[in-house]
Amino acid sequence: MKQIQFSRELSSGIQTLLLHKLRSFLTMLGVVFGVGSVVAMLAVGEGASKEALEQIRKLGSHNILISSVKPAEEDTAGTTPSFMSIYGLTYMDHERIAQSFSSVKKNVPVKLVRKEARIGHRAVELRVVGTSDQWFEVIPRPVLGGRTLMQKDLDAKSPVVILTEFGARKLLATRQTIGQTIRIGVDSFTVIGIVKNETGASGAMQIPDREIDAYIPITTAMSYFGDVVIKMSSGSRLREKVELNQIIVQVASLDQVESSARAIERMLSLFHKKKDFQIQVPLALLKQAEATKRTFNIVLGAIAGISLLVGGIGIMNIMLASVTERTREIGIRRAIGAKRKQIIIQFLIEAMVLSFVGGILGLAMGIAIPFFITWFAKMPTVITPMGILLPLCVSLGIGIVFGLYPAARAARVDPIVALRHE
Amino acid sequence: MMPPRSLICLENAKKIYTMGRQQVAALDGMDVAFEKGSFWAVMGSSGSGKSTLMNVIGCLDRLTSGRYLFQGRNISAHTDDALSDIRLRHIGFVFQSFNLIPQLTVQRNIELPLYYLGWDKEKSANHAQNLASMVGLETRLTHRPFELSGGQMQRVAIARALAADPALILADEPTGNLDTRTSDQIMALLGSLHEGGKTIIMVTHESHIAEYAQNRLYMKDGRILKVEKR
Repeated sequence: MKQIQFSRELSSGIQTLLLHKLRSFLTMLGVVFGVGSVVAMLAVGEGASKEALEQIRKLGSHNILISSVKPAEEDTAGTTPSFMSIYGLTYMDHERIAQSFSSVKKNVPVKLVRKEARIGHRAVELRVVGTSDQWFEVIPRPVLGGRTLMQKDLDAKSPVVILTEFGARKLLATRQTIGQTIRIGVDSFTVIGIVKNETGASGAMQIPDREIDAYIPITTAMSYFGDVVIKMSSGSRLREKVELNQIIVQVASLDQVESSARAIERMLSLFHKKKDFQIQVPLALLKQAEATKRTFNIVLGAIAGISLLVGGIGIMNIMLASVTERTREIGIRRAIGAKRKQIIIQFLIEAMVLSFVGGILGLAMGIAIPFFITWFAKMPTVITPMGILLPLCVSLGIGIVFGLYPAARAARVDPIVALRHE
Repeated sequence: MMPPRSLICLENAKKIYTMGRQQVAALDGMDVAFEKGSFWAVMGSSGSGKSTLMNVIGCLDRLTSGRYLFQGRNISAHTDDALSDIRLRHIGFVFQSFNLIPQLTVQRNIELPLYYLGWDKEKSANHAQNLASMVGLETRLTHRPFELSGGQMQRVAIARALAADPALILADEPTGNLDTRTSDQIMALLGSLHEGGKTIIMVTHESHIAEYAQNRLYMKDGRILKVEKR
């Protein structure tokens, strides 16, 4: 019974609105643009933050990255030709971290050297990463062929190398290359595996691996390449002694990440007079990025919400005009026996139809816009179920909120006065 | 003291409007009873209180003081919803300016009371068609009011007033906007309704229209001037 009544109210409401097609459409337009912009803005916001979060997640949320940084004051001294700057993380630091913190589960030393690699006549400059077997546990990447480093490689200081997919392709190496010899600098290494690499490292923080990495045991790197790097720059030679370029620490649980990072920093500061290292915590960045994302979405949503509000006011305006225009009709209905409640429902339904249909059209627009943004601006956009449901509910809510006052006005009309109304 | 057959009974009915500092008594202590099945013409000059009387009888307005008995029940203190319900079930209105809803078809206009009564679509459509053929408009069901002549519009209004099968028809200058020939047709229609057992109370200022009614009530300054019964 109630349901029949509602569907009849609905159909008569739609019929009334169809009598003034242009007016109804123009009234709806406010909500169309409002909902459209909310959906589109949420999609853009969601897309932008998703990219950033993805980037940070690749770093590993349990990881702490400690990197050697050249202290700022060394720069001027570096002009002296014979000067050798010594800075950065040491083998001792690595030992100390391993021994001092029970929360540290994995502790990976990283030594970076840039060397030219050669297979046959093909030469490519690689970033040679001297590291331990744990690297591949801390930065898990799919193994495409062969194997990764093992403890025995470290113990034996074996001249073995693992290439990345990208580096291998540059060297025209394939899976058949595994087992063959590659020259890095002046030394010969055996290729034992190829791993997949992450591409497009950009964002708040560099991911630890690069496209052109070659992984060798750190023991091998120490004995083959040593700790001193000579950089040639505009005629002057610059010697640097850096034992370890990075230490990647992985802790057991998420809630230990930030406290461990602080403790490691404090401990390292005791042994480093100058600030020649830097600690990065992906988790902290992740949290920060998520907070930024939230703020971003709220701001975007609020701006779009204002246009939705304007749409609602438009509906209220037209409904008020409609109530005045149809005063006589209201009087007739009341005289015939319509209760106040029934008049309220009649006008409320008209307002809700306007806002809901506007909401649907706006949704279509809001889904189309991010599609074009992605197409033309190559910006990622993500439409979440929430991003669809919320504006739809809000548009319906706007119909109720902004329809209620005009409907109440309609119900308050005195039938005697209304019947005299021209 | 009032005859039990009365459909409507007003006892010392007063309606006082406050206009600025002045108080105007539109109804100044009226005692009147309208019997079931009677046909009344209410006459009087403008300002005599006949419109107010109609509004009160039609449950559109409340008395300032006094009692209003409808079918023997005092409804002076009824809520707005309860009065709406009495209008819906027991009173049919016919107005001078027809008061059809312009965007609705003839059929939908006739169906309007049934809509508020909650009748289902098929039943009310059938009923509306029967009523339309009773007033001779079965071919105009899908027309809109502005496509009809004055006489036709008034017949639609009468059909609508009859839809809920009310005991009382209130007609406020039903022929005021019609020519003489059409007026006679409309009055003939009201006359046949009276013969069918409806109680009709009609306001008019044309004496030849008032001739159609069985009884005449003359009003002046919110009081009964005289009553003519046949």
